[in-house]
Order: sequence, then structure tokens, then C-alpha cells
Amino acid sequence: MRFEREELVQEPDKQASIASDREIGASAASSAGPVSVLAAASAWIRRHSLAIFSHVALLALWWAASLKVPRFILPSPVETMATLGVPRYDWLRHTLVTGSEVFGGFLLATLIGVALAVAFNWSATVRRAALPPLVTLNMVPKVAMAPLFIVWLGYGIGPNIVISFTICFFPIVINTARGLKEVEPDLIDLVRVIRASRWQIFRKIELPSALPFVFSGMKVAAVLAVAGSIVGEFIGSERGLGYLMMSVQSTLDTPAMFMALILVSLIGVALYALVAFAERLVVPLDARVS
Amino acid sequence: MSEAALREPFIRLDRVRKAYRVEGREVLAVSDVSFDVEAGEFIALVGPSGCGKSTLLKILSGLVLNDGGEVRIGVPEQRLDAGRDVGMVFQQPLLLKWRSIIDNVLLPAEILGLPQREARERAFHLLELVGLKGFEHSRPYELSGGMQQRAAIARAFVHDPKLVLMDEPFGALDALTRERMNVELNRIWKESAKTILFVTHSISEAVFLGTKVIVLTARPARMAGRIAIELAEPRTLEAKTQEDFGAYSRRIYELLGMT
Repeated sequence: MRFEREELVQEPDKQASIASDREIGASAASSAGPVSVLAAASAWIRRHSLAIFSHVALLALWWAASLKVPRFILPSPVETMATLGVPRYDWLRHTLVTGSEVFGGFLLATLIGVALAVAFNWSATVRRAALPPLVTLNMVPKVAMAPLFIVWLGYGIGPNIVISFTICFFPIVINTARGLKEVEPDLIDLVRVIRASRWQIFRKIELPSALPFVFSGMKVAAVLAVAGSIVGEFIGSERGLGYLMMSVQSTLDTPAMFMALILVSLIGVALYALVAFAERLVVPLDARVS
Repeated sequence: MSEAALREPFIRLDRVRKAYRVEGREVLAVSDVSFDVEAGEFIALVGPSGCGKSTLLKILSGLVLNDGGEVRIGVPEQRLDAGRDVGMVFQQPLLLKWRSIIDNVLLPAEILGLPQREARERAFHLLELVGLKGFEHSRPYELSGGMQQRAAIARAFVHDPKLVLMDEPFGALDALTRERMNVELNRIWKESAKTILFVTHSISEAVFLGTKVIVLTARPARMAGRIAIELAEPRTLEAKTQEDFGAYSRRIYELLGMT
């Protein structure tokens, strides 16, 4: 049995925890001074101390393992980092190329994916006609299509964006479409009674309801986006971190390969963090799908 | 000419019928339901669950069309614009998670494009009326189920509808909260002077709230009877222990064939 008064007593508690959440966000955003930034940073470190520790432990494990293994199999973390100082690798240029492929493909997939899911939601005919072939096409391993894209689109950034796009696209469409479908029918009835237009229903109810699903699709896609671009670069490219890995492979330059791998992963982390940050801004805490 | 013909009721349902097609077969949901509603009345529709009461409300709200009989809402001196004079409350509060309580209450006003400042004032007033003063800027999840349902009631009233349809609004609440909400709704109804149609399968709730109780049979919903309830106003929970309350309940049990 639930008593409202008792729940009322709990309210201040809940509100306090929400307030402290907001304060953390505010102090980080408002840059009120070095003191508050420092305080926020130390709070962050305390909150994630275990995760930081396990990352350091992973690094230590790598370093320990590298002592027992030849350099061309497993270089040490120090040797790997040292490659950053070698100008002939041209890290900045290659990272920027791969980064723009990843972000480009991802952005394109988000725009087209969400638009298509909205179209499915808008018209049952469109959904029945277009969704089955999409599901079929999704069965084709996207990576296996990479050689074709290169034949069609030539070398360069273009085909790699397309490969990244094809990989990212599907989870975004499916998640968004599901989110739009999960809206409580009674909620739609509630506004249909007062003759809400199709656009009002979409704008005020369906789209905000679906946003948590859109973001969960985008998070899945963010991880996949990197794989798409790298495969494209492996197959046909004269730029990018994937190309760099292939070109140093012949000389067994493992430290550079490791460094390229780390940078590729960091691109993925950056994209994921950006999506998570956008989600924090747009979707209230209790509505998130994780 | 008889008196009834001279003065039309606010709402008249005349032999209303509704059938759905399920897997090619016709399933009758509502059959031959007729009753009148006067402006300002509180009509409680009671009947077994799944008997077509909700279908009846959907017909009245214009969401579903009846395929037999006649539904007439509004009279020349008190017209009812189906597009803006109806408010609804469902079993679930259905508040938008991403909006504060006040912004949830304002949703119908936004959709109808009502003047913002007046709507806001009204929303604040309504939240006070339903006992949510001080929670205007809270988020739905910060409120208990009963409090959320109060906000949903305020939302149903915000565009000043003439008719409010409630589909088992307290069905998801625990027994004690539900009793308290009954008292509150009786008070809100009196203060707002609206016509309310209230679907429930609780007999004591129907007697406690209704000025008239319409008893419906199991699917398809047919009229089993109608009873005018005359209890001392304002109604208090004490009334439930009185003899006449028991007599009304007994009469409903009889009509439902449960005695």
C-alpha cells in the first residue's frame, strides 16, 4: 500500500539529488573560475576512480607483456607513443582524414535514418513497401560491399564515407522507428480529441518520446562508424589511418600500427562522447534508454 | 407538446450501437444504449470490465463513430464544439516525461493555440484546485501515482471544456488514495461546474460520485438500468457507511445480476 504523505516526505531527498546533478552540470558549463573547475574535476576523478584505475592497470599489463615479447610482435607503450614524434607518419593529416570519414558517414546516417523512420511512421504504405527490402539489404555484410563502392566511387574520402554510412544507417532507422511506434496510444487519443494536427502530434509527442531511442541507435552506430571507414581505407585509399596501417605493415613497423589503432579508437570515443553529451542536453535523465 | 420535447438535454444517446470487425467477424461492443445527460451532471457509467464502456466514451469524444443510433451533444443554447470542448482523463496519467507539471497541464492549451498568459494563470489555478500547489515545476517522475493523476485531471480542465470524459481514472491507484481522490473529484466537479462522464467498475465509486449511475451489462454493453443518486452534499467518506448508500449499491448489484 502506498501513502501519499509518506511519499511527500521523500520528495526533498529526491529533489536534493536532482539539484546536485544540476549543479555539477552548471559549474562545468559556466566556467565560474579555476576553483570550481578544479572542484568539478576532482569530483569527476573521485566518481570514476575505479574506472581510471582499471585503465591504468591495463596499460601496466601491456607494458609488462611487452618486456617478454619481441618488439615487432608487441611494442611497449613507450615505443608506441614515441612514434607520435616521427614526422614521416603525418599523424595529424591521417587522423583528420579518418575522422572526417567517420563523422561524415555517421552524420549522414543520422539525418537520413531519422528522416526515413519518420516517413515510415507517417505512412503505413511507405513502411510496408520500403522496410522489407531494407531488412534484406541489411543482411548483406556491409564490409563486403566496400570493394564495390570503390569501383563505383573511386578512391578517396567519398567511398569511405558511404561505407561508414551503410554500416551506421540501419541501427538508427530501426531504433527511431521503434521509438516512434512505442508512444502510448491513449496519449495520442488525448490530443486527437481536441483535434491536434498530424504535425502537432509529431512535434509535441512522438518526436520527444522517440528521442531516447534515437540516441540509443546513434550510440550503436557511433561504434560501427569507425569500422566502416577503416575497412574502406584498407581496401583503397592513399590517406587515413587505415591506409597508414597497411603501408607500415610491410616493414613490420608494429609501434606505428599500434599508434594508428589507438588513434582510430580515440576517434570512436570522441564520437560516442559527443552523442552522449548531446543526449544529456536533450533527454531528461529518467527517460534515457541505455 | 410534452415538456421533454420543449427542453432538450445537453447530451442524448439514442439506441447507440457499435460493432468492431475482428478477424472478419463482427463483434458487438455497444448495443442499444440510450440515456440523457443534463449540463452539470456527474454521470457514472458502471459495468463489468471490458464491457464496452470505454468504446462509449470514445464515441462521445468523437474518436470513434457509432454505426447505429444517434449521439447528439450540445443544445442550441449551449453549443459544444467537439474540437475543443472535451477533456479526457485515462487510467494512466500519461504525462510527458520531458515536461514539467505546469507544461504538461498546458499541453491542450498549446494545441488549441489559446492565449498563453490566461492559459498559464488558469493552469496554476487548476493545480491549486487539485492540490498540487508547489509542484508546478516538478517533473512527473518526482510525483506519486495519485499526484500524477491529479495533474492529468488539471490538464483535462485547462482548456475549459464543457464536457470531461474520464475512463477509470483511479483504476491504477491503491484503495486508500482512490478514496481520497473520490472526495477531491467531488469537490473539483462542484467548483468547476462541468458535465462529467465517468467510467468505473467500482460500484461504491459510482454511487459516491454520480448524480446519476448508468448500469451497463457485460459485452455488448446494453442498458441494465439507470439510478438517480441523491446523497447529502458535499459528499464525505462517511456517506459510504450510511444506509441509503448501501441501498443504492444493492440496487446496482441487482441490476448487474450479482445478487
